[in-house]
Amino acid sequence: MAFLHVQKTTNRLKGLKNNRSLIPYLLLAPGLIWLSIFFIFPILQLGATSTKTPAGEIGFFEQTYRFQNYIDAFLASKEQFYRSFLYATLATILALAIAYPLAYAIAFKSGRYKNILLVMVIAPFFTSFLLRTIAWKQILGEEGPVVSALRAVSIIGDTTSITATPFAVVTGLTYNFLPFMTLPLYASLERIDPRTMEAAGDLYANGLTTFRKVTLPLSMPGVVAGTLLTFIPAAGDYINAAILGDPKSKMLGNVIDAYYFRIVDYPTAAALSFMLMAAILILVTFYIRRAGTEELV
Amino acid sequence: MTNNSSNTNNSSNSKKSKLNKLAADNSIPSEIKNLISKSLSRRTVLAGVGGAGAALALASCSSGSGGGGGQLRWANWPEYLDLADDGISFPTLTAFIEQTGIDVKYSEVINDNDEFNAPVQPKLQANKDIGYDIVTLTDWMTARWARLGYLQDLDEAALPNKVNILDSLLNPTFDPGRKKTMTYQGIMGGFGWNKEKIPGGIKTVDQLFAPANKGKVEVVSEMRDTIGIILQYQGVDIAKPFTEDQFMNAIDFMTGKISDGFIRQVKGNDYVQDLFNGDAVAVIGWSGDIFQLALENDGKFDFAIPESGGTISGDNFMIPMTSSKATEASTLMNYYYDPVVAATAAAYINYVTPVKGAQEAMESIDPELAKSEFIFPSASTLSRLKIFRDLTVAEETSFQTAFQEASGNI
Repeated sequence: MAFLHVQKTTNRLKGLKNNRSLIPYLLLAPGLIWLSIFFIFPILQLGATSTKTPAGEIGFFEQTYRFQNYIDAFLASKEQFYRSFLYATLATILALAIAYPLAYAIAFKSGRYKNILLVMVIAPFFTSFLLRTIAWKQILGEEGPVVSALRAVSIIGDTTSITATPFAVVTGLTYNFLPFMTLPLYASLERIDPRTMEAAGDLYANGLTTFRKVTLPLSMPGVVAGTLLTFIPAAGDYINAAILGDPKSKMLGNVIDAYYFRIVDYPTAAALSFMLMAAILILVTFYIRRAGTEELV
Repeated sequence: MTNNSSNTNNSSNSKKSKLNKLAADNSIPSEIKNLISKSLSRRTVLAGVGGAGAALALASCSSGSGGGGGQLRWANWPEYLDLADDGISFPTLTAFIEQTGIDVKYSEVINDNDEFNAPVQPKLQANKDIGYDIVTLTDWMTARWARLGYLQDLDEAALPNKVNILDSLLNPTFDPGRKKTMTYQGIMGGFGWNKEKIPGGIKTVDQLFAPANKGKVEVVSEMRDTIGIILQYQGVDIAKPFTEDQFMNAIDFMTGKISDGFIRQVKGNDYVQDLFNGDAVAVIGWSGDIFQLALENDGKFDFAIPESGGTISGDNFMIPMTSSKATEASTLMNYYYDPVVAATAAAYINYVTPVKGAQEAMESIDPELAKSEFIFPSASTLSRLKIFRDLTVAEETSFQTAFQEASGNI
């Protein structure tokens, strides 16, 4: 795609004929260099670290190609593995349920407020992810407005909390990644030609049928992109569990953090990072195969 | 060592007026008054952000390489030294530079022992300059450095004030007789609680885990403090060799309190915020934190050492073997072991002062602070605080793993 586009552009630029064949590579170079320095090299390092074993002193490891590290690491943390994917799945489903109507309303029903609404979706990004999560901890805290109000009307008891629960972690994940779901959904909904929906109506489809047969299938690229953009970071997240969770709702990100900084067991941390990456890749590949990606990009 | 950055705003006013009064007091020697007036509104300037630290970090980049030349390079934790109005100069340190002519480059670069250690350890291993002549790490990391031979002897000729170190701190297992290290500040581990919620206070682990506190108890993520207090509750002397079984009993106790829903979270320094906003009513925490929180909130919080025993740990001055400034570094330690200087710094830092005579010196700076058991624990208080013993490499890994597992982190 990019290559063809570049070719077309260069055809129009008459003065650059001689170097035409080089230009695509030159344009790709910054990205490739960036990736090799900041992605490929660290990944190789991480891979090398993951098979090392302790060398007698804390922080010292030697390369022994011990692939058993992966099995040990998985067995020690399978609970958090399972939890990470469970929470990420729940958050993705919740985010989809919230974001779809939102994106639909912005795309089709907002009229002149469209831009304001879009800015409101993006606005949380002006504040740091960490601060927003800490803010939720205050809002939902023991003496915060929500718990006080719910207790006053006896919806929850005096000993029931909202924070320091799995519920708070999933809610935090949903909130934090909601814009990543909303924007791709909006982009693909907005692209739908309204005449297709009118045509469905002309052919005697009711609103629901139109949505099911026309709007939803045409918005699938947005659904696929949004779920991926939500699920992948949510599965690897550790801030929400660290701030909003309790010891029984920690995720894999917290495990990796603990191995790196507290236990100083770099090989286990590296092995877990790799397994998380692999697990996400496998799931995503499977998902994309099922959902199709023709219109994804 | 803990970082109090988020609590500094509220305390500045009350402390400022107190310091203003002191600055106007004629009975105080002019030298000390000068130091005090320089400290005024130091926290207002800081405004809860590590502004000074950032500025210092930037400043320290300029002459980072080449062994530091004539400078004595000191790596310390943020907000761990008295800071002046301008937010960038440190009155006691400035006075030291004026007195001795030793130029000091002060860098607030230590936020976490492991984080600081990770990049410098390979350099120490290769005997290459790490960029600092004096560092201030916590006991257990100090022990690791001592074990690995990364420390050089203090220049005792330049350190006559060494005699001022508190007796209880003179013989840690990692450095008997303090040949290579000197305590910078002491940190007490014990119980903190909200007096409005728990008017009766907390003296024992059983009271900490009283049914009424269920789900509102937090413990610090520093293994040696949390497990150290539980171990003592179980009758184990943490300063003497204890067995792995004994340690694991304490871990089991903690795991039980988590699965029963008593412990809300195992947290780093931000347990202070949870006490403040009501998410926690009782904690295993650190004296300096609770002391400041109480000061900011009209005494709403209190701290006590467990009846079965609390913990005391320290951050230590030490000289990496890669430094060529042992004499200058020892001179700086000597200066901070001067009782007046120690008291002046303690009025800002609020942690346990390791210097004999500082309490008397504090009388003329702030008589109220001089009475504080948090800064100047009495002999009977000190006898109830224990230093967690050294751990072997194998123990360090297996204990820390068990602690992280109990905390739900792995």
